Amino acid sequence: MHRRYLGALVALLILGGCASSKDLVVLLPDKDGKVGKVLVQNPKGETVLDSAYAAARTGGSLQRNTASQSEVKDVFGTALAAMPPRPVSYTLYFESGTDEFSDQSKQEVKRVLAEMARRPAPEITVIGHTDQAGPDSVNDALSLQRAERVKSILVRLGISPDRILTAGRGRREPLVRTADGASEPRNRRVEISVR
Amino acid sequence: MKFTRLIDVRRVVLACALSIAPIAAWALDIAQFKVAKGNVYVERGGKRFPAYVGTHLQATDTVVTGADGVAGITFIDNSLLSVGPNSVLAIERYAFNSTTHEGVFDAMLTRGTLSVVSGKIAKQSPDAMKVRTPSSILGVRGTEFLVRTGE
Repeated sequence: MHRRYLGALVALLILGGCASSKDLVVLLPDKDGKVGKVLVQNPKGETVLDSAYAAARTGGSLQRNTASQSEVKDVFGTALAAMPPRPVSYTLYFESGTDEFSDQSKQEVKRVLAEMARRPAPEITVIGHTDQAGPDSVNDALSLQRAERVKSILVRLGISPDRILTAGRGRREPLVRTADGASEPRNRRVEISVR
Repeated sequence: MKFTRLIDVRRVVLACALSIAPIAAWALDIAQFKVAKGNVYVERGGKRFPAYVGTHLQATDTVVTGADGVAGITFIDNSLLSVGPNSVLAIERYAFNSTTHEGVFDAMLTRGTLSVVSGKIAKQSPDAMKVRTPSSILGVRGTEFLVRTGE
C-alpha cells in the first residue's frame, strides 16, 4: 500500500545523492600566516570559509566546521606533497639612463640562474615596471620594452628563450607609493619571477 | 617546432584581436607540469597522452591521474595546483592578461583531490577564479585551499 510512496522516496534519495556528491573543502592558512576566503555554493546552501582550517562538507546537507590537521594529512597529504615549488621574485635596477645592470643587480641575476638550476622545468617571467610619470599607454610600452631588453640579456647568459615570458605591467604596481606623475627611480625596475 | 609555434602565436593574436578577449599572445601554453609521478595523463581534443615534468598544458585540457599518480602544475599567473591519485581535473577556461592581471580561471574537479594556491588572476579580481565539483561551486577570493569530491 505504501510501496509506491516508498519507491518515490528511494528515487528522491538517489537523485539527492547524485546531485550532492560528497565534497570536502578546506581553507588553509597562507605561507605568511594570512587566511584567504572561499565561497562554497551548493544546492543545499552556501557558506563562506574565512578562517584557518574552516571546512565545508556536503552530502546530505552542507555543513561548515573545521578540519583537523590529521584529517588534512590523511585526505590531502599526497596531493599536498605534489605541490610545485613556490614562485620567487627578484628585482633588478639599472644604472640611471643606461641598459647596464647595477652591481647589486648583477648579483641578483646570479641568484636567478641558481634558483632556476634548483627547479624542475624552470621558467621565468620578466616583468617591466615604470614610475608614475606619463600616461598608461606610454608606460605599458616602456615597461615591456625594458622587459624585452632584460630577456635578451638573460638569453645571452644562456637561458633558453623558450623558458622566458615577458610582461609590461606599466605603472600599475609601484614598489614605492608616489604622487601621480612623480618620477621615482625605485619604481623603474624589472622583476624576474622564477617558477 | 619553432616555426609552428610562431604560426600558433599569430593565430592567437588574431583571435585575440577579433574577440577582444583578455588573453595573452602566448595563450596556447598556460601552465607546465613541475611534478608528475606515476600515471599522469593529459586529455586534449579527444586524445590522451602521458604527462611528464616539463609537459605544457593548454586551456581546456583535462588532467587525469591513476591510482599511483600525482601531479603538480604551475600556471603563467603563478597559480599553483596539485592533484592526488585517482583524480580528474578539467581546465575549462583560462585566460590571463599579463599587463592588467585580468583573466579567468575555471576548473572542474570531477573526481579526487586538489590542492590550490591561487595566483595573480584571483588577486586582481575576486570573481575571476572558480573551481567546481559535480555539485558545488567554489568562488576563490584566495589563496590556499583543498578540495575533495566523490568518495
